[in-house]
Amino acid sequence: MLLEVKNLRVQFDTLMGLSSPVDGISFSLEKGETLGIVGESGCGKSMSASAILRLVPPPGRIVDGEVLLDGTDLLKASAANMRQVRGHYMSMVLQDPVASLNPVFPIGNQVAEAVTVSQRLRRRSLKEKVIELLQRVRIPSAENRIYEYPHQMSGGMRQRVAGAISFASNDLKVLIADEPTTALDVTVQAQYLDLLKELQADVGFGLIFISHDIGAVAELCDKVSVMYAGKIVETGPTRTIINHPRHPYTKALLDCLPRLNEVKRLEPIGGEPPNPFAFPPGCRFAPRCPRATELCHTQYPDFVQIDENHDAACWYANES
Amino acid sequence: MAEIAAPRGADWVEPPAGSPAVPSRRWWLRRPPIIPTLPMIMIGIIFFAAIFASVIAPFSPTKNHLFDSFTAPWGWEGGSSTYILGTDFLGRDIFSRIIHGARISLTIAGLVILIGASVGTLVGIVAGYFGGLLDSILMRIADLVLGIPLILVAIVLVTVTGASVGNIIFIVSAFVWPRYARIIRSETLSLREQDFVMLARVAGISSRRIMLRHILPNVVSTLIVLCTLQVGQVVLLESALSFLGVGIPPPKPSWGIMVADGRTNLTSGWWISLTPGLAIVVLVVSFNLVGDWLRDRLDPRLQRY
Repeated sequence: MLLEVKNLRVQFDTLMGLSSPVDGISFSLEKGETLGIVGESGCGKSMSASAILRLVPPPGRIVDGEVLLDGTDLLKASAANMRQVRGHYMSMVLQDPVASLNPVFPIGNQVAEAVTVSQRLRRRSLKEKVIELLQRVRIPSAENRIYEYPHQMSGGMRQRVAGAISFASNDLKVLIADEPTTALDVTVQAQYLDLLKELQADVGFGLIFISHDIGAVAELCDKVSVMYAGKIVETGPTRTIINHPRHPYTKALLDCLPRLNEVKRLEPIGGEPPNPFAFPPGCRFAPRCPRATELCHTQYPDFVQIDENHDAACWYANES
Repeated sequence: MAEIAAPRGADWVEPPAGSPAVPSRRWWLRRPPIIPTLPMIMIGIIFFAAIFASVIAPFSPTKNHLFDSFTAPWGWEGGSSTYILGTDFLGRDIFSRIIHGARISLTIAGLVILIGASVGTLVGIVAGYFGGLLDSILMRIADLVLGIPLILVAIVLVTVTGASVGNIIFIVSAFVWPRYARIIRSETLSLREQDFVMLARVAGISSRRIMLRHILPNVVSTLIVLCTLQVGQVVLLESALSFLGVGIPPPKPSWGIMVADGRTNLTSGWWISLTPGLAIVVLVVSFNLVGDWLRDRLDPRLQRY
């Protein structure tokens, strides 16, 4: 097992009270595998990603859980070791390509800086490595572009440069892509997803793909975890999740998508996500769930195993 | 930006290939000259005078010519070409004193800003980047310093240790750094939330390096504008202290003291205060203009050609 996250919990102690945007999530990732994490805005997807890299912004804290990379618990590692892990083995692609580059340096410098964290290279060889990285993310005429500033490039190009920074290390094991395509337009999105796939095939890292775009997830991921209000509610192979969802929230999400082969009205999910400072005591989806019963409102359901790899946290997962 | 002034209809001229942009025919819409030539020349002259003061100055700045006291500048009634800018109440040559004063005023301003800006930037970036308790402590210290009456402390300190250039630099620097710290801290607060700082952390770059390589260059433009604006403030502060007798010890010429010296004779000898006053104005305005230009130059987003 490459990466195993067990019962990860992030807590924010604010003036408005305690809140757990990530409330005990668990998942695992094999080498070369792609895990999709889906959910609506504010469900804790991005916070989980930050927590895995131990970059939760204050006043947030990781209060419980384990993050095992090749069996070592990252939550117990020292700050210096964690920095090594970030530079060498784990990395993340951020949402906003415009903001993820420093406006006052040419892009070549920024890629070079990230390279030097994991590799001892100087001058000529460093420059070659930078150009190679930029070529790997398909930046045309990379040898000239290393002198350009971020504002001179388009959004898609900037996203690629940010990508090059993220895979600067030679021994990358886990890459977290946090909605890497939301800021890009559709054609560029498709290119970017292809690029991710190709790089993954080359390097063989495990990919955690965070998105609210189920289409992109379906195309890219081997398995999917659906998150709702800080908890994972359903996990399973992508195909199974899309064709035979068991959790009402997953079903509701899929009903929001237009399908090519049938004509029907799209069903929006009624209500709104629960207040993170006051989650309902029972199933967190119960207030919006069409089939919620008394039990759902009072007690949180455990995971029900439906198949070998398919689990859903619903009292009625086995019916339907 | 240049596009805003895009002329309508017949005004429109296609720019020839390779030329940057069409300057607007409406001169009031044009941007000011790219390089502030005149201010740079003025600063150059003042620096030159300061460095070669003893060669250029026709007289010693502290030598009295009591028989020639209150000589008007050359060209005015009672003026002579011996003393181009006239003499003060002790008959000291004002031109020589301004030249020597440039040396003292510039040294003090330069050192004060160097020390104040370094300390202030360091404190500001550290406080802003790490936040929390450290931030609170550092900022309360800065508030405390800003709340202490400068003049009072200066008087006490000087009575204890004696007036000297070193003392002045120390006191004024100690009062200048919190301004830098406050402004740089607030810039850092917004910068550290930026994605590029996050990406740097994801890439495993150390906090020290992030502060040095990612935050500092992004606050440099603010820093430069602040420094150039402070040149004027520091010169004035030094003159205020000198005026009260707790600054530069008397016979030495500094521009501030010279203005103060002429104060009592403003009706009979206006030139004693006016000429060093003009020198201060020229220096401050020149620094502000060059500072503005530098700020634009150092911001890659504003660089077009």
